[in-house]
Amino acid sequence: MVHFTAEEKAIITSLWGKVNVEEAGGEALGRLLVVYPWTQRFFDNFGNLSSASAVMGNPKVKAHGKKVLTSLGEAIKNMDDLKGTFAQLSELHCDRLHVDPENFKLLGNELVIVLAKHFGKEFTPQVQTSWQKMVAGVAIALAHKYH
Amino acid sequence: MSLTKTERAIIVSMWGKIATQADTIGTETLERLFLSYPQTKTYFPHFDLHAGSAQLRAHGSKVVAAVGDAVKSIDNIAGALAKLSELHAYILRVDPVNFKLLSHCLLVTVAARFPADFTAEAHAAWDKFMSVVSSVLTEKYR
Repeated sequence: MVHFTAEEKAIITSLWGKVNVEEAGGEALGRLLVVYPWTQRFFDNFGNLSSASAVMGNPKVKAHGKKVLTSLGEAIKNMDDLKGTFAQLSELHCDRLHVDPENFKLLGNELVIVLAKHFGKEFTPQVQTSWQKMVAGVAIALAHKYH
Repeated sequence: MSLTKTERAIIVSMWGKIATQADTIGTETLERLFLSYPQTKTYFPHFDLHAGSAQLRAHGSKVVAAVGDAVKSIDNIAGALAKLSELHAYILRVDPVNFKLLSHCLLVTVAARFPADFTAEAHAAWDKFMSVVSSVLTEKYR
C-alpha cells in the first residue's frame, strides 16, 4: 500500500493545481500512442492514428486523455485510498477493457514526461520523485482488482 | 528494432543542443534516477551520491559522453558501444530493468530543458534510441 508523506502530498497537489487537465491529458495519451504504437490496439475506433501529428491532433485522443486525467484528479483528492478510489475502474479495465496493467505504468511515465516538459526547472528531481510515486500508486490501484 | 532515417536525423540534430549542457544533464539524470528509484543506488556503494558530489558529476559526464558516442556512430551503435557492452555484461552486470529507468530519467531531463524541441515525434525517436542503446549494452549478458 502506497503511503504519501505530508510533503509529498503538498508537492503533488501544488503542481496539480497548475495543470491544464484537458491539454495534459491529451498530451500524455497522445504520446503513449506515438511512443509505444502497440498501445493503439485499445483504440481501434479512434480514427486516424497514422502519424505523430494525426495522433496528437486527434479529437478522440484529446477527449479520452481528458477523461483519464480527470480521473487522476479525483485520485489526488484521495491519496490515502487509491485502491478504493480505483476499485470500479480496475474491474472495468480487467473485465471489459482487457488492458494489460503494464500499460498503466507506461501512461504514468508519459504523464511525468509531459509534466517535465511543461514545468521545466520547477519539475525538480524531488518533485519528480513524488510524482513517480503517485503514478506508481495509481498503476497498482488500477491493477488491484485484476483476476 | 532499428532507427529510421528520420529518427536518426532527429537524434543527431537534437544532440547538438544537448551536448552544450552534457555535464549538467548527466548529473541531473543521475540525481533523478537515485531519488526516484533508490534501488539503483545499490550499484554505487563506493560512491558519494549526495547532490553536488564530484563523483556524481564525473559519472554523469561519463554516461552522457557514452550516449554521445552512440549518437556520433548512430549507424553502428553496436560497434561504438562494444567495449561498454562487455563491461556491463562481465563486470558491472547491472540488471537490465535499470536501463529503462535511466533512459526515462534522461528523457525527463531533456524534456524539462528543451520543451520546444521535445515534440511527440522527437520523444518517440529518443525513447527508441535509448532502447537500442540499452539492448546493445545488455546484448552479451547471456
